Amino acid sequence: MSILINKNTRLLVHGITGNEGLFHSTQMLAYGTNVVAGMTPGKGGEWVINGKVPVFDSAKVAVEATGANTSCIFVPSRFAADSIYEAADAGISLIVCITEGIPVQDMMRVRNYLDQKMVRLVGPNCPGLLTPGESKVGIIPGNIAIPGNVGVVSRSGTLTYEVLYALKLLNHGVSTCVGIGGDPINGTNFIDALTMFEADPQTEKVVLIGEIGGTDEEKAAEYIAGHMTKPVVSFIAGQTAPPGKRMGHAGAIVEGGSGLAADKVKALRVAGVRVATHPEEIPSLLF
Amino acid sequence: MKLHEYQSKQIFSRYNIPIPKGRVATTAEEARHIASELGGRVVIKSQVLVGGRGKAGGIRLAKDPHEAEDVATQILAMEIKGLPVRKVLVDEAANISKEIYLGITNDRGARKPVMMASSAGGVEIEEVARTTPEKIIKSHIDPLLGLKDYQARNIAIGIDLPKQHWKIFNQIANGLWRAYQDCDATLAEINPLVVTEDNQLIALDGKMLIDDNSLFRHPDLAELRDLDVEAPAEVEARKYGLTYIKLDGNIGCMVNGAGLAMTTMDIIKLFGGEPANFLDIGGGAGSDKVAAAIRIILTDPNVKAVLFNIFGGITRGDEVARGILTALDEVKPHIPLVVRLVGTNAEEGRKLLSDANMITAETLADAAKKAVAAAKSGKAGR
Repeated sequence: MSILINKNTRLLVHGITGNEGLFHSTQMLAYGTNVVAGMTPGKGGEWVINGKVPVFDSAKVAVEATGANTSCIFVPSRFAADSIYEAADAGISLIVCITEGIPVQDMMRVRNYLDQKMVRLVGPNCPGLLTPGESKVGIIPGNIAIPGNVGVVSRSGTLTYEVLYALKLLNHGVSTCVGIGGDPINGTNFIDALTMFEADPQTEKVVLIGEIGGTDEEKAAEYIAGHMTKPVVSFIAGQTAPPGKRMGHAGAIVEGGSGLAADKVKALRVAGVRVATHPEEIPSLLF
Repeated sequence: MKLHEYQSKQIFSRYNIPIPKGRVATTAEEARHIASELGGRVVIKSQVLVGGRGKAGGIRLAKDPHEAEDVATQILAMEIKGLPVRKVLVDEAANISKEIYLGITNDRGARKPVMMASSAGGVEIEEVARTTPEKIIKSHIDPLLGLKDYQARNIAIGIDLPKQHWKIFNQIANGLWRAYQDCDATLAEINPLVVTEDNQLIALDGKMLIDDNSLFRHPDLAELRDLDVEAPAEVEARKYGLTYIKLDGNIGCMVNGAGLAMTTMDIIKLFGGEPANFLDIGGGAGSDKVAAAIRIILTDPNVKAVLFNIFGGITRGDEVARGILTALDEVKPHIPLVVRLVGTNAEEGRKLLSDANMITAETLADAAKKAVAAAKSGKAGR
């Protein structure tokens, strides 16, 4: 078992003929993900990756022709919201959006629309999902994690790779890694992922990687205290970040005295979570 | 991106929000001219992108054009919190009987815009939230439906606005919502919205923050960016699609990914060093971007060592390595450079860098320790 994706995932890649879309589709296919279709308007009828993946003009036709159930979006930020709507309207139930830089008002409309359709979005501005040994959807390098019982959820991309890699070096495996993304408005939050990990029989422990900005870590801490039976270990990035400055991620900003790393660490510790001082310390707190 | 008061109010005015008569001036003579056009008392307001202009003496009344010129001369010579005053807004003075706060911002937790109003106007909303939170009326707006008339009306009732003003308040609230939406604002604020002695509602001050990610569809707004508020290196970085934030330490950092960039700063501090900057080269950075990043880091004279921490995903290790080589060839830095490459195409990247005589590290902790030691000793590993 795992959460969100497994070997039955049938993936449609939006923007598969673009530079990054093609590179990472090739990597996903090589990892074993069933990349069943791609779509780029105007490129329908072509085949990519040595003739292995058909390209369609629309998500609807791609879903009808291939039975795709999951979407991965690589299109540029100005078109990304439209791609999410298109995937949702085509009947896709899980949408993973890698694209960074989507206007926040677009995301508010997307999120409120998806809530009405019961479609799950992961991201945007995220590295995607990895269920080691089964499937990867997104850009997480497959070779930095091995199958196991640790669930990982993170607002960051490359910082998540650090943690996966640190776990692998000590032979600790991962059930599923969920990159929820660094935007202020996203599809899946910490509590969603924690709920799924708590219910997943394969997952025995959870790593939660947060950062400055917003109050999602504080809300997660409250949830952990009230609902989690599995142990959670955490790391919060941005202890040294100056207030009022957006630290790369649109959502990573301390404003009006809210979103401080110290407050998040404190809330998590109160909830019984062990918080690491740096990412490579996480494995020693887990085992 | 922050807009100036006069820019925000001009936008509000296009959405049927009444604003005071007035214009912006860059010289004292111009200010006198505007004051004589307006007639009567005027208020001279410095246009700088910081709060607390009034307390700093940057907002003053003038009773006639002659005094307006004097006041404008003084204000245009000021620096407020480090920012030079380059423009003043000359507005006709209002006879205020009541001050209201009205604003729209993004509520991250609710994933919706929220309209906020308070009968305690003229004070920062954060201050009101701290001292008298019961005075703030909030109403979430469905981003798919927009602001409904009943919501605006209920807000007017909530802040005890007399019935005679509900209609104009509704017009102002709707205008603010449309301005917020059309401009992709993350904040649109009227503070204060005043009721004058002759029962008019006027937006005396205005503030807008625009979502940087939306500027591709607002070229007109993008042109309004005031470069005074940003360090030149930050402006330069943005041209290349990089995020650079200068800090006070001496260890330059070049990292891919914002979370890892913050963590790299944190871990430098943890091992006894001080980061000189935050720099995220972003996902999929090519060699030209990497070269620009290195040039920008080295413009800071405090930098005594640079730590390159690259964990490849969408970014490829070989591309980054090529960028590092290009930049080193060009700028030839004489300070120690510590590099750590892991992930996608890291192997190829390490091969490319093997002749560059840099200090290499395997783990993040190891890289941070080596960078801290290098910055202290000042010895280049070459």
